[in-house]
Amino acid sequence: MSEDKIKIRNQQAWTLIFFCWLIAMAALFGSLFMSEVMGLKPCLLCWWQRVFIYPLAVLFLVGLFPKGHKEGIKVDPSIVRYTLPLAIIGLGFAIYHVLVYSGLIPEALQPCGEDLSCAQINLQILGFINIPMLSIFAYSTIIGLLLIYRKRSFQ
Amino acid sequence: MKKNIIVAVSGIFFVGLFVLATTLYNKQQDGETNSASMDNIDNVQREHSAIMGPLDAKVTIVEFFDPACGTCSAFYPFVKKLMDDNPGKVNLVLRYLPLHQNSDVIVSILEASRLQDRFAETLRRAYQSRDRWIEQHVAKPQKFWEQLAGLGLDMQKLNEDLQSPETARRIKLDMQDAQALSVNKTPGFFVNGKRLTQFGYQQLQDLVESEIAANY
Repeated sequence: MSEDKIKIRNQQAWTLIFFCWLIAMAALFGSLFMSEVMGLKPCLLCWWQRVFIYPLAVLFLVGLFPKGHKEGIKVDPSIVRYTLPLAIIGLGFAIYHVLVYSGLIPEALQPCGEDLSCAQINLQILGFINIPMLSIFAYSTIIGLLLIYRKRSFQ
Repeated sequence: MKKNIIVAVSGIFFVGLFVLATTLYNKQQDGETNSASMDNIDNVQREHSAIMGPLDAKVTIVEFFDPACGTCSAFYPFVKKLMDDNPGKVNLVLRYLPLHQNSDVIVSILEASRLQDRFAETLRRAYQSRDRWIEQHVAKPQKFWEQLAGLGLDMQKLNEDLQSPETARRIKLDMQDAQALSVNKTPGFFVNGKRLTQFGYQQLQDLVESEIAANY
């Protein structure tokens, strides 16, 4: 492979992870806006989704500036190993939450406190997009980008 | 070098957007809630509510409170002081918003104590002895009951009154009004129907003083 090609590939790798970081940051600030500014209290399932997205905002940033990044290493080579599991678990909670919202999983089974129902829909954008859907979108986009990144770096 | 700048700019962009959105949201919310509370003046004040201080005062503070709420307890002396500092000009309407678990029983005891003219004393006792009847944010009505000794209450009558339909109706109405006004935290304050939008001692004092200036 020519040196130019490697350079372009490195740049693409960096951009992929950069976009992952942007999505995680948007999720972080978006969720903080809804809870701290708009006063929508996060239910238990919301908290579990937060648990897995907040560290991603930090991990992607660190991965974008790996040890030796001044010598030309663009992205931490093992970044997928420690971010993909978090994103997949988070996606699991997000899917579960949408199922609770839609009523496919009965209210009685959901693990929430008495006063804060996870099945109560607080906010809808354009009439049908709710918060767990945004969460699914964020997690699955991150997972998609990470899988693309992994496929390319193993070729 | 270029990467650093891209990342730094993105980070600043997120923080900036958050601050901007917060400012805009709060501004819009302030306008909306103020007009909402002016429209629903009936929801802010009800005939049945407990009132403290001079009845003919022209400035009325309405407080939605929960006896199990620590901030309500900490704020109470300050509200009293506002009334004392402006003798004859300010009174206080207390409305129930029992958000803590079992706190609805505590407020029915408070409401029942009004029939024996011991509301202020019972409320003060409730705040003073909070540590003894609240365990991990759950009110223990039995333990609260034990704190009521020495207030001169007829305990048997109290027990009957707290279960009366009228008591339940009043508490329910207070909670419905709170919901209609979107008061979802305690203490929630209104002064002459104007909502205290930014919570704090100074903000409450400013609002009360501006109403005094406008009415006297």
